Amino acid sequence: MYVAVKGGETAIENAHRLLDQKRRGATDVPPLSLAQIAQQMPLAVARVMSEGSLYDRELAALAIKQSAGDLLEAIFLLRAYRTTLSRYCVSRPLHTTSMQVERRISATYKDLPGGQLLGPTFDYTHRLLDFTLQAEGEPSPASQQGDVRQAQAAVDERAATQQPALPDALHPDADAQADTAAGETGQGFPRVLGLLAQEGLMREETDSAQPVPDITREPLDFPSNRMQRLQALARGDEGFLLALGYSTQRGYGRNHPFAGEIRIGFTEVWLEPEELDFAVPAGDIEITECEMVNQFVGSKDQPAQFTRGYGLAFGYNERKVMGMALVDRALRAAEYDEEITSPAQQEEFVLMHCDNVEAAGFVSHLKLPHYVDFQAELELIRKMRKRDAQAGSDQEQRQETEAGQVPPQKEKRA
Amino acid sequence: MNAIAEPYNFAYLDEQTKRMIRRALLKAVAIPGYQVPFGGREMPLPYGWGTGGMQLTAAILGRDDVLKVIDQGADDTTNAVSIRRFFSRTAGVRTTVDTTEATVIQTRHRIPEKALNNDQIMVFQVPIPEPLRFIEPSETETKTMHALNDYGVMHVKLYEDIARYGHIATAYAYPVLVAGRYVMDPSPIPKFDNPKLNRSAALMLFGAGREKRLYAIPPYTDVASLDFEDHPFEVQKWEHSCAICGSTESFLDEIITDDKGSRQFVCSDTDYCAQRVAQAEVTQ
Repeated sequence: MYVAVKGGETAIENAHRLLDQKRRGATDVPPLSLAQIAQQMPLAVARVMSEGSLYDRELAALAIKQSAGDLLEAIFLLRAYRTTLSRYCVSRPLHTTSMQVERRISATYKDLPGGQLLGPTFDYTHRLLDFTLQAEGEPSPASQQGDVRQAQAAVDERAATQQPALPDALHPDADAQADTAAGETGQGFPRVLGLLAQEGLMREETDSAQPVPDITREPLDFPSNRMQRLQALARGDEGFLLALGYSTQRGYGRNHPFAGEIRIGFTEVWLEPEELDFAVPAGDIEITECEMVNQFVGSKDQPAQFTRGYGLAFGYNERKVMGMALVDRALRAAEYDEEITSPAQQEEFVLMHCDNVEAAGFVSHLKLPHYVDFQAELELIRKMRKRDAQAGSDQEQRQETEAGQVPPQKEKRA
Repeated sequence: MNAIAEPYNFAYLDEQTKRMIRRALLKAVAIPGYQVPFGGREMPLPYGWGTGGMQLTAAILGRDDVLKVIDQGADDTTNAVSIRRFFSRTAGVRTTVDTTEATVIQTRHRIPEKALNNDQIMVFQVPIPEPLRFIEPSETETKTMHALNDYGVMHVKLYEDIARYGHIATAYAYPVLVAGRYVMDPSPIPKFDNPKLNRSAALMLFGAGREKRLYAIPPYTDVASLDFEDHPFEVQKWEHSCAICGSTESFLDEIITDDKGSRQFVCSDTDYCAQRVAQAEVTQ
């Protein structure tokens, strides 16, 4: 009886030992190496790095291994590590226009400067199990291997013709110039939305010139700004953003999206340490970027034009950035004086519930003991039932006297 | 174990973070019952499992502190064990189950039965800090309601309870008015514990990690449970006494002893219960 709640300490230790066994599986199968996970599960690594808000392939692989493949648990592990790291500076804005592109597509133009570059993708694969992989061989020639080689050749060719990545960060106005510069010369991969902007068809984004807040250091406050929203969405749960983005397509906050551009590849990160007055490159990171083009009908003082939604994630992470871009645009409803009617447009609803570490934690806390609250509820329910029973017998008596007028459902309930 | 703890600072959090939390705590003490936003960090325990309380404990813990951690009133429920072990591992502080010996008591859902003194600090784990949340889901709205002292909806809710059930149907997380100004959620303690908040000698700190809010009740502050003149606030009562120590004054947990519906009632506060048993043995 009472001893049931005692002995928590030993029980926890035993539970963790069992978990270790569960994670390891049969010991006659060799253990996974971090290199295997990092190399052969790059999409899992990308998701863990994005939602874990830490770009480190090896640590992400470690987290995946330690969590026995539970990616939400891996994200949590990485977050709990990240939170202890000190932050010495903020990088210059990433210059994704000069990305070393491995994939770049646009659904709005059949052809465009830089061209469509499929790169590695699950799109157009037939989702048939490839039993050659089961036999631990290489995929059969019938699968997409040939396409991949061709696409890779195209990447290499373009990379050769592309200008070397300029140290744009050295020039303060480089970001503003880049879109048009690349577009004019016809080299590299000019931004699709930049092309629309040149025609004046795309709503211009203005730099608020405000310091960028860090939602991992200061709590969100509402109403939030777009900087905070994009940060929250970038680390938000892929499934949640996917479902919300989907809901806008099905009419809950419809915003007529087109995948203006999706690009995946390596981009340089530039830092400007305080003691230097110039920026230095810190290395390359792989990112996925999505810019949605959305219709905007215009208003009294605004001509009709296109607006945009933005998504960015670490690694190869296409589904996430598309969901993110749809939700980002939906959350700009207030900015465009659109009627806010749907969950995807409500910033508090989206931002307070998109974090899977928070969500998983609070849902799982239901497993903690609630004896005290339950006892309080038990006492309350008994009290109410006592009163209901009393009231019920009174009502029965009353109903007997006026039986003719009582509707049948009510009789049943009584 | 020590090898794992070493790369981390005393009590896990870095000093910058602790300073940020301490500043927020000072603000919370200065404005009793007001929810102060703070830059809540990810903790190595899941949200909802006491991360808010842990951050507060980490921020206030000194090397000489003696820590007690309870969950549902008990020292040896699994999560209390886990949090106590976390701090003995990362801070190396002494831990105890004895309420009188503790200088910091982190709790989930209970206040110890034994009266606290003014050298002690209670740290509450809070799931939803906003008392108006289930009436008004929007933070923007509730923030304004607090600012304007606009608590009419809360009274309407309590009144509707009375109209519908004949009494206020809130058994835990029963809202209180702190220092005559802010309506506050005392965390999901049973309303049985609400009177212990009023003019308590100990400082009461509340931390909500997921929601990134903290608040406080300074020592000797007036804390009133919301009620009506004709429906005064009252606490739970039991027809039973504790099956172990015989107490008739403590909050009792119900324990089912077989599959025929037999049950026993025992103290939820395990330390209180054990002390009473020890006392009884000494006097015999």
